[in-house]
Amino acid sequence: MILALMQTPVPRDIDLPLPVGDFELKLLLVVLFLVHIFFVNLMVGGSLLSVFFEILGLSAGRYDKLAKKITETITVNKSLAVVLGVGPLLCINLVYTLHFYSANSLTGYAWISIVPLVALAFLLAYIHKYTWEIWTGTKKQLHVLVGVFSGLLFLFVPFIFLSNANLMLFPGEWHKVTGFFSSLRVGNVFPRYFHFLSASLALTGLFLAGWFGRKRYPVEKYLPGFPRAELRRLFYRIAFYLTLAQLAFGPLLLFTLPFEGLSRELFLLILLGILIAVAVLLALRWEIRSPDEKIGRLYIGICFLFSLIVLAMGTGRHVYREVSLAEHKKLVEEASIDFRALETATRLSIEAGYGAGEAVTVELTGERVFLNCAACHAVDRVLAGPSLEEIYFLYDGDPKGIADWARAPGRKRTEFAPMPAFAHLGDEKLRLVADYILEKGGEAALNQ
Amino acid sequence: MDFPIFFLDFFGNRMLIAVIASVHVFISHGLAVGAYPVVTLLEWRGWRKKSEEWDNLAYKITFVLFIVTTSVGALTGVGIWLSTSLIAPFGIGSLLRIFFWAWFVEWFVFVIEVVLIVIYFLTWKRWKEGAKKKLHIGFGAFLSAFSWITMVIITAILGFMMGSGVWPESRSLFSAIANPLYLPQLAFRTSYAMIISGLLTWFLIFFFTKRGTDFRRRAVRFASTWILAWVPLFVVGSFWYWNKAPEAMRANIDVALLTQRFAQWHETLALIIAVAVIAIVIVALVGVIRPRMIPGIALLIPLVLGVWLLGHFERVREFIRKPYIIADYMYSNGVTVSELQVFQRDGILPYATYVRNQNVTDNNMVEAGRDVFLVTCTRCHTTTGINGVVSKFNNLYGEESWDESAMTALIHTMHISRTFMPPFPGNDREAEALTAYLRSLRSNPELILDAHAGWARRSSSGTPSMAGADGRKR
Ligand code: HEC
Ligand code: HEC
Repeated sequence: MILALMQTPVPRDIDLPLPVGDFELKLLLVVLFLVHIFFVNLMVGGSLLSVFFEILGLSAGRYDKLAKKITETITVNKSLAVVLGVGPLLCINLVYTLHFYSANSLTGYAWISIVPLVALAFLLAYIHKYTWEIWTGTKKQLHVLVGVFSGLLFLFVPFIFLSNANLMLFPGEWHKVTGFFSSLRVGNVFPRYFHFLSASLALTGLFLAGWFGRKRYPVEKYLPGFPRAELRRLFYRIAFYLTLAQLAFGPLLLFTLPFEGLSRELFLLILLGILIAVAVLLALRWEIRSPDEKIGRLYIGICFLFSLIVLAMGTGRHVYREVSLAEHKKLVEEASIDFRALETATRLSIEAGYGAGEAVTVELTGERVFLNCAACHAVDRVLAGPSLEEIYFLYDGDPKGIADWARAPGRKRTEFAPMPAFAHLGDEKLRLVADYILEKGGEAALNQ
Repeated sequence: MDFPIFFLDFFGNRMLIAVIASVHVFISHGLAVGAYPVVTLLEWRGWRKKSEEWDNLAYKITFVLFIVTTSVGALTGVGIWLSTSLIAPFGIGSLLRIFFWAWFVEWFVFVIEVVLIVIYFLTWKRWKEGAKKKLHIGFGAFLSAFSWITMVIITAILGFMMGSGVWPESRSLFSAIANPLYLPQLAFRTSYAMIISGLLTWFLIFFFTKRGTDFRRRAVRFASTWILAWVPLFVVGSFWYWNKAPEAMRANIDVALLTQRFAQWHETLALIIAVAVIAIVIVALVGVIRPRMIPGIALLIPLVLGVWLLGHFERVREFIRKPYIIADYMYSNGVTVSELQVFQRDGILPYATYVRNQNVTDNNMVEAGRDVFLVTCTRCHTTTGINGVVSKFNNLYGEESWDESAMTALIHTMHISRTFMPPFPGNDREAEALTAYLRSLRSNPELILDAHAGWARRSSSGTPSMAGADGRKR
């Protein structure tokens, strides 16, 4: 632990207060994030299921129609997933500025590639949707391929987000990270990923069971060959098996979490989630086994329980984050306070004028003002502008001419870049520097 | 600035933001704000004339709008957040604390707009007859109005945030609307959006109608009439803006230095406006009178001029930005005004967490100079690429004689001779190290691709600012 801390960077935090209370912001973060992730789940799950059923449809025609109808749900879900992502992004940027941005920077190239990758995934998803009836026959394979490719992008991008959400929790590991791929070695990105993926599929299953199963959906028209009850059962099954899988992925996630962030609250929340999940599983099984005319009666109840699970898990995620960052946040706060004190001390000592840097205490001389010109003018050499010697021959006895020039330089020698104006130095400084230039330039001229 | 350093060498950090933001602004003007009224009008026309042709054209154009705005448009919107937080985490993190509610409102408006466009497009084929069709057209009108109001709000928020000097004295959003540039800017942006959308619509007509048909002729005439109708406001808006700009900007630019560049910018702006107006009027007039005479390629001329105009228009930020991200509080390299004093006395490296060397010694001049470069220059400069530091010095000193003491002097005074750069936040030793690094970079040009990594490898002389061995307390 001590050793790990030695490697932990302790930066200074941003020196401005939060615009909203800490608690309110965190509440907002958790709620907005869950809304966002809901649509993300439907987007990812939908695109995977659509590809799956389309491939199934290559041999069993009716699945092709089903795949198309699933694809159509993605349009809205993905648009909402993106715009609703900005709200929680703003919140996390605020509450965890230092940790989140640091993780972003460490995986910077991957982080910024989210923009083109998701745009591409969306465009492919549109092609996939709108060429469904056009790319048939020999072009069907191409069509499937487009779907597969966009599905792969939807599978990959969550890795970038998860690697960041994960990396921000472990400042002690940051020094090992050289980019996105090495960030995957920190913490437990892969268990998180599988947990997310199976949650996406389970949620999409549940969603589609309701979407196709609702009374107002014209199944006979859109999906001939699928009785409503069969559709319900099919998607209930998907929800069932993937929720079951969560009973494996969940504990895997929990037991691979680095122990820093573990707490009793976390275990309680997760236990609660598991209990509800068991109830959901039982209800799903009951539904799947009930006769055609009765299936669907528990749907609302299952959705309600399911959202409770999501809430428990989302809160658990937050609790873990808080605990695992608590110690580091404290160190950062101390370092920041120390630094602010140093800032104040520095300012005071400079204002008081003792023991401070020269900047304030030295008197104003031509030599000092000339520092502004020294980047381009030297006594007897040509730098980025003529030498002082040359200027001396031009302006001997005319310091005002130099000051006038410096205030608003003209353009004579095209071999140089133009000289910037120095009117803002003020008349007094310009007069001092003009005298200084003539003095030095004159000396150099004499020495020749 | 105490974040791991993201540095997109060669292409440049600022270029990354500029590209993402420009694409976003162009899409939001030309394919959203200006385009919804066009398609609504088309739809309305089809309904009144009971003509499937018009309705179909409107639908197809909306299809394009929908695809582009909900993919590239939406993602570049998010991309502005992602890129700025990589490049200026200190700045965006601080601004967020100041402008949280403004941004929250902006986000909310953005969500509603996306929901509206999704509904408008997806219900098109379902709300086809009678009252439902009327409702749909009404919805289009509502969407058009709403997206324009979005622009009204966002222009205010932008003015509010970008106007330097507004913080911390006056924090009211009304001060943004009271800004003398607000109304001209709104007139300019509105008419600009309408005209660009007219051009884009016209362009799409070539894809969605058959060559030589009477319908294409009528559709082209519609688009060009639409464009012509907005030209007067465009002329008024842009010259109004052009007229007001110097006065409004002079309040921000108190440094005489910039007036020269500003005058140049101002002249060029007038020129581009004039050329763009003439090109647009000619193309649109011919479109009204002889719709068949304009080939698709000819439309590229006013379109390109339009892009150029918007680019030039937005570049004004360069002039008023000064070296600050937040006026009188934080410089654009992330150093705050009060940190600066400490850094200029003790150097910045001892206080930088994410650098490889925390002190300059005789043995690590180049290596430490690289760190100084990364921390203090890379928010704006690349090594050898776009706005590369090597070429900047070459412009000044030529390729040969990079005089060390002159360079060090320049580094210390760069904020005075070039007021868009912040003061160098380091001490003499660090300026010398930076010079050493820059000179070695010239003879051995090498991109830096791993700025964010490797900082844990510290030189033995460094005092790591890690917990336990705290280099800060002195
Ligand atoms: C960024 C580089 C740069 C800096 C800094 C700079 N100059 Fe110059 N200076 C030039 C260049 C280039 C020329 C030549 C301009 C030309 O002939 O077009 C020049 C020319 C001059 C001249 C000759 C004018 C003439 O009539 O030929 C004077 C005098 C002068 N500078 C004064 C100053 C003073 C005083 C300062 C500091 C306050 C200063 N310069 C800072 C680049 C610089
Ligand atoms: C806030 C952004 C910013 C930062 C930080 C910054 N610069 Fe610049 N710098 C600029 C801009 C903008 C220009 C002008 C580019 C142009 O239009 O040619 C410039 C120009 C220059 C020039 C050419 C000056 C001239 O007189 O022609 C040099 C040299 C230079 N920068 C060096 C540096 C060095 C060294 C650092 C780090 C210590 C640095 N800059 C940090 C923005 C910045």
